[in-house]
Amino acid sequence: MSQEAIKERSMILQKEMVEGLFNDLANAKELGKKVCYTFVPGNLSELIRTFDLLPVYPEINALQSAMRKKSAGYIKEAEKNAHSEDVCTYVKCDVGMLMKGNIGPTGQKIPEPDILLLSYTGCFTFMKWFETLKREYPNAKVIMIHTPYQENAKMTPQMIEYMVKQFKEEVIPQMEAVSGIKYDENKLKKILEYSKEAEDWITKIFDTTKHRPSPIDAYFAGVYYIGPINIGFRGTPEAVEYYKELYNEIQERIKLGLGPITPEGEMKEEKYRLVVEGPPNWTNFREFWKIFYDMGAVIVASSYTKVGGVYDLGWRHDPSRPLETLSEYCMNCYTNLNIPQRISLLTKCIEDYQADGYITNSIKSCNSFSAGQLAMMREIEDKLEVPVGFIESDLVDPRYFSYSNIKNRLESYFQMLAQRKTMEKTEA
Amino acid sequence: MNKYYLGIDLGSTTSKAVIINESDEIVGRGITNTRANYKVAADIAREEAIYDARFTLLEQKIGKDNAIKTEFKFYMKDLRNVFQYGQFRRRMESLERLLNETVSSFTYASKDKFKTELERIIEKIRPQIRHEFISENLGSKNQFFRDIVSERYNLEVEKLGGEYYEPLMLAFDKSITPVENEMVVYNFKELVHESMNILDEKYRGLVDQQEDGSKEDWYYAELNVVKNNYKTVESTLRQHIDEIADQDINIARMVGTGYGRALLPFPEDCIKSEILCHAFGAHAVFPNTRTVLDIGGQDTKAIQVDKHGLVTSFHMNDRCAAGCGRYLGYIADEFGLSLNELGPEANKATKETTICSTCTVFAGAEVKELLHNGEERPNILAGLHKAIVQRAMSLIARSGGVRNEFTFTGGVARNEAVLKYVKKMVTDAYGEVTMNIHTDSIFMGALGGAMFARRNIEVDLPTTSTTKEKVEE
Repeated sequence: MSQEAIKERSMILQKEMVEGLFNDLANAKELGKKVCYTFVPGNLSELIRTFDLLPVYPEINALQSAMRKKSAGYIKEAEKNAHSEDVCTYVKCDVGMLMKGNIGPTGQKIPEPDILLLSYTGCFTFMKWFETLKREYPNAKVIMIHTPYQENAKMTPQMIEYMVKQFKEEVIPQMEAVSGIKYDENKLKKILEYSKEAEDWITKIFDTTKHRPSPIDAYFAGVYYIGPINIGFRGTPEAVEYYKELYNEIQERIKLGLGPITPEGEMKEEKYRLVVEGPPNWTNFREFWKIFYDMGAVIVASSYTKVGGVYDLGWRHDPSRPLETLSEYCMNCYTNLNIPQRISLLTKCIEDYQADGYITNSIKSCNSFSAGQLAMMREIEDKLEVPVGFIESDLVDPRYFSYSNIKNRLESYFQMLAQRKTMEKTEA
Repeated sequence: MNKYYLGIDLGSTTSKAVIINESDEIVGRGITNTRANYKVAADIAREEAIYDARFTLLEQKIGKDNAIKTEFKFYMKDLRNVFQYGQFRRRMESLERLLNETVSSFTYASKDKFKTELERIIEKIRPQIRHEFISENLGSKNQFFRDIVSERYNLEVEKLGGEYYEPLMLAFDKSITPVENEMVVYNFKELVHESMNILDEKYRGLVDQQEDGSKEDWYYAELNVVKNNYKTVESTLRQHIDEIADQDINIARMVGTGYGRALLPFPEDCIKSEILCHAFGAHAVFPNTRTVLDIGGQDTKAIQVDKHGLVTSFHMNDRCAAGCGRYLGYIADEFGLSLNELGPEANKATKETTICSTCTVFAGAEVKELLHNGEERPNILAGLHKAIVQRAMSLIARSGGVRNEFTFTGGVARNEAVLKYVKKMVTDAYGEVTMNIHTDSIFMGALGGAMFARRNIEVDLPTTSTTKEKVEE
């Protein structure tokens, strides 16, 4: 596991973008930039950019801490400071990191927030998270926008109107006050143009898993692909450039009939095509991925890559109606869809990408994701007669990743798929 | 030459082996509770299954007409018991030697006293056990060497009490595991002949014995038939034994499953998940099975299968094994009972005491507290058994509920109190469904493995030497 992971050119491009952001963050004061902490689901990258703010994503910091094997220490620190065992481990990891000096993934200090922007309220923990941060950073301005849940599977004009009103009366005036920059709708529109373009590319990229073998893994590699679009680069020419480059790389792989790239090189044989529901485990990310690629399993679609935005069904940012489009974006993230909507989205993925199976990774510390997972799995199993599997782990707390338990279940699951394939062949 | 297929299920508590023929019929079963070394456990279970297969072949050899006769059935049952005693005796000899060595190595000033008492205890329990095997069918009670010896040994040590208790218990704890883990290869032919000699003695002694009325009437009726015909049975069997003992049980393929499967010296494609094996085995015995519940030593599995016996989905306990077989073992220890006594004791309950703890260790403490407060032992045990089944029911629900026929497998299916609650709760939750519980429930995983071996795996065996007995010696 210690060997250096193999990287594509687009990955290097992404690394440069991320390093650039963290450099700016480390020098925010010198650069005279204000800092806005916010979350990935329903993130308002375009609006943040309109006011020249630098974004910080506590969730991303937490998952990166886990990948760098630092989360256990951070969580311990938070628990020492009275955060209960049952609290979301992203929160504890972030709080622990803060207590240990707030050193980010690049080894540079992350600046204090000027704004705590909560633009997605489907996760109650987010609210509590910022309440905690507010106590730590009393000078930060808390801006909250209430995002209505898609209870009836649609975004009504009234819901949009309700959100636009909040933008106009709450969000924009406060952002103007903190940043000292006047709201410029034309600037926002231009940014939104780039967003739309990046969204077109990323949709095309995730659609390449229709090929056999699939040229990409839409879960384990997918989490890297969604990086730029989710962490503040949506709405930039750099993000468009990154996705174009990535798309070209993938086209090249398709031409050569190559499978996805794993940390240990190319996947040789595609045996199983899967759709995965739920976030990955970050503490043992490579070990977790390895169980799949060793078995020849490729993920052709995952719900996790849609937390930042669901583009599969054709929705895009629309520069002609800037505030309305931002409202829709917040309401249209994966975890804000109701359960039947999620089921139909996953059903479409299983059908469109001809998946052999469906796996749920249930997360101990995430209620947003875990609620309804079993019911969704049952319904998908009944509807499509696709073999389903259920595993449990956690986001960033290594104490809840049991390698042997997960391996045991996945091995059984893959043998079940193999057996079914043999049976189908015999029957054919 | 007939071909046979072997399935080995290395569980966390016991290891099981099943041998099937080309028609998927079980010809041999073997089980051991050895668990220190999976390789030894697999070998012991396999050897046991091979002995068992030889008995099956012997029964086939004497012909159907003979096999159904009372005297043959009775004699064969006795023969298997006494054969088991023969194996047991060898292990007992090792244990006696080791116990003596252990006590000799003690540094206590008064260790000679302990030695004298140890010898007295051994002299007392040795004939007890022999008698129970030969006359009381101890062999058919599914007990392991450790259980049988410790039950009697502990009783004697407890009687002594005082300064003897600790050193003599310590000596047992230190000696039993190495003995259990010892791989002893028996000569089948020798051991069968020896067993028949013992039986000869037994039946001869019975000829003049009067019925004392201590057993059911049918027992004496059967015994009378045997008494009058045992010589015929014996000579018929002796005609075939040499041939059966020399016969090569040709294991064509094998599959390993269970928790220890990765440690088996088998090629990768001969290793199958226990989930698939349990489902396949249960489905083979009960072809209409659609839901399988398996409660083993450290996990509970709720499995859904299709009409072919293929798994469509499954759910297992995660992170915590409270409510599995090892939990029952722990509880049995807390009560000073053997595993086999738990179910019957729980079934004496007049009500179920609520057990709040979801953790094995806490449950142990809670049990002590309840006993202290005067709660009846059977009621507490009933509460514990109910709690176990409630956990299993939750897994069943998560896996999609009970569909069509329901089959219960795994070692815990042998516990009658668990069975009672499973039947009740499944019926309460899912209405009247056919529920299958087989006496071989603990062997379902190994059976599934053997069936997989027969179907789709063609490989060379890693070692064949241990499957063949050295009868030529």
